[in-house]
Amino acid sequence: MNPILNESGKIELLMGNEAIARGALEAGVQVCAAYPGNPSSEIIASLAAVAGVRGIHVEWSVNEKVALEVVAGASFAGLRGLCAMKQNGMNVACDFLLNLNLTGCGGGLVVLVADDPGALSSTNEEDSRLYAKLAGLPLLEPATIQEIKEMTLWAFDLSEALGLPVLIRSATRISHARSNVLLGDLPKEKRLPYFDAPRVTFPVVKNHQRLYDKQIQAAQYFEISSYNDYRGPDKPELLLLTCGSGWLYALEAVVSLDLSQRVGLAKLGTTWPLPTAWVLEQLTKAQRILFVEEVDPFLENNIKALFAQHNMDLGGKRFFGKADRTLPETGELNPDIVIRAIQNLLDITFQSRPPEYAVRAKEAVQQHVPGRDIGFCAGCPHRATYWAIKNALALDGRKGILLGDIGCYSLGMGASGFFQMKTLHAMGSGAGLACGLGQLKRFGLDQPVLTVCGDSTFFHAVMPALANARYNGADFLLLLLDNSGTAMTGFQPHPGTGKKASGDPAPVLDLKTICRALGAEVEEADPFQLTSTTEAILRLLQEGKGPRVLILRRECALIRGKQQKKLFQVTIDRERCLGDQCGCNRLCTRVYKCPGLIWDPMTGKAQIDEAICTGCGVCAEICPASAIGKEAA
Amino acid sequence: MPVDPFNIIIGGVGGQGNVLASMILGRMLVSQGSIVTIGETYGASQRGGSVMSHLRVSLRDQFSPLIPEGKANFLAALEPVEGLRMIGQYGNPDLLTLINLRPILPLDALSGKVAYPDLSLILSKIKELSKQVWTLNATEIALEMGDPILANVIMLGALSALDILPVKRDIFSRTIADLFPAERQAVNLQAFDRGHDAVRELR
Repeated sequence: MNPILNESGKIELLMGNEAIARGALEAGVQVCAAYPGNPSSEIIASLAAVAGVRGIHVEWSVNEKVALEVVAGASFAGLRGLCAMKQNGMNVACDFLLNLNLTGCGGGLVVLVADDPGALSSTNEEDSRLYAKLAGLPLLEPATIQEIKEMTLWAFDLSEALGLPVLIRSATRISHARSNVLLGDLPKEKRLPYFDAPRVTFPVVKNHQRLYDKQIQAAQYFEISSYNDYRGPDKPELLLLTCGSGWLYALEAVVSLDLSQRVGLAKLGTTWPLPTAWVLEQLTKAQRILFVEEVDPFLENNIKALFAQHNMDLGGKRFFGKADRTLPETGELNPDIVIRAIQNLLDITFQSRPPEYAVRAKEAVQQHVPGRDIGFCAGCPHRATYWAIKNALALDGRKGILLGDIGCYSLGMGASGFFQMKTLHAMGSGAGLACGLGQLKRFGLDQPVLTVCGDSTFFHAVMPALANARYNGADFLLLLLDNSGTAMTGFQPHPGTGKKASGDPAPVLDLKTICRALGAEVEEADPFQLTSTTEAILRLLQEGKGPRVLILRRECALIRGKQQKKLFQVTIDRERCLGDQCGCNRLCTRVYKCPGLIWDPMTGKAQIDEAICTGCGVCAEICPASAIGKEAA
Repeated sequence: MPVDPFNIIIGGVGGQGNVLASMILGRMLVSQGSIVTIGETYGASQRGGSVMSHLRVSLRDQFSPLIPEGKANFLAALEPVEGLRMIGQYGNPDLLTLINLRPILPLDALSGKVAYPDLSLILSKIKELSKQVWTLNATEIALEMGDPILANVIMLGALSALDILPVKRDIFSRTIADLFPAERQAVNLQAFDRGHDAVRELR
């Protein structure tokens, strides 16, 4: 039994993202869509897993804007819809969102955005809450896993009461945390879709005014919401104003410091528009106020602005938070950071462990524990691809520029991609930047321009850039790294895979045909064939005009691993490996660095780590002494 | 449980299956009435970096998904230097530690830029910084069984032998019945048993 379908009244250990999915099911959601992005990916993945049994539509859309439009379409026809995304996805969806706010919606429409404080799996650190203010839409911030389920359920009701999409902001430590969740009822009824009211933004100014009026209405609901809560003494020495993932850190800090008689904890679950009366009541409790929230000082700035308007009634206050750097402006929070901030403000001492132990423990790590950089997995086709790129660019000799994109292959900027990738921005930006750099030959740029993108990224945002390149005559080589899925976020299918989110078969959109239709010259190669791939890159760099595409096709090593299928049994011929005496200077382990191939310091020779090697056989091509052998497994 | 909350860290290198191990352990504890909160570090880190799961186990309340500095009660490391790394931040004199002896070389050690430290030195440091240490070679057992990914379940079996938490075989068996396809259950149960029998205290 899938835990998110268990019966009402049961307690399940659910991931935050699964709890969101359950909350949506309890709300009777009928249409769900997203483009994968951590930390939000498991929301749609878990809904897709139950789409068949629940009789709902769940899809991986090609990008977040389309996903939001899919869900809004359902909402216009009266159904409830959920759209999920990470912070970057919000940027993609916002063009539509900032028109949807004016037309409003019909059936409950919930937009779940999971931010990634500390950029644990992101190219940027961004606070999506600013979009709620920008779009004038209600914003909820759950603080626990149970709460995120309850709030998701409530958000659908709220959306229908206001006729507006409702935003819920999660964060990594909620979406990717697990905890006990008490399950509620799953409805049996389905709504019949019917489109009856026009949804246009005109007249714009009138609808903009209506949006402001609805925010007053939303604030009234928020004034009486049980998600806004205070615990602590009537007149605390210090008031912590917290929301979202900041709440459990703040609570942990107060408990750890044993300060529950001195410090108050106000948790705001509805952070835009502010429930002003409730917030003002909290502000009267203390002179000193510390804001604990993740990423930007959103609550902090909004509450300070509210305070400014009411300062005659409230008297003097000292505010602490990100603005005065009591808490760091960037990076992820944790209990220790909040503990230290409170310690400083209240001038108290606290030791989490004996100081002499802490010194010894930290010294032991410093002296004996090597760093562990992330890199491509053993047998990853991207490592082979970057090896071929490196060699082709060296042979070409014109210092080619490799522009990057978003996916596992972004690691091409680091050691395991031989530092080949030179830019990293948004989805599709590699090809977009190549459209610019690819125009500079006439001004004297004699470096060839290349860009990489993954198969899923191609559908998300590269296709418009490729059309642009053909139309405007940009000169570059696009390396389309097709590893048969959205690997970085958990192998979700996309239009090129022939599979839908639910696992049902789908028509395959062929990458080669699409690229050709967009007017590009297209070739294909297998990244595991290093020599022919290198030759193909070199040839396409030196010949041809306009956009050229080389599709490098190899399944992700982790997908291959799940099928437990080794391509080759790889062995080292100890006689042939000259070890430290070989002129190659350990090309295999020092430079190529696949984790499955290690150096045995005892014998001074290369060695296969059987626990890690996935049998791709590429290293056999690397060794100049032909000491690495491969036999079909 | 000896203390409440009881704080557990399961850590290792991306790809070793520590997320699954923490989820199984969490479900085993929830099914017996505990409130468990798990914080996981993954995402980009699953590509060969250091990964950890923090489990906060309580009978009364929910705690933050991240353990404060120095507050781990039990540590299960799927890789030796990762064990020491985690002790550096979360260890304390009462820490109980379980170590899989099989090293995984970091990229810088593969390339020869740094040396992977001597295993006996790492173990002696871990011993100095823990109240009690147990070890086993979970990866070797997993390889003998034909699949290195079983190391995580072998570690859970080892934990069950230590009498620290209520994680007996029957509870494990019931928990994986919900999680794994039928054809994977027997091999996982066998891995659990092998871990249970292989673990030894480090003296």
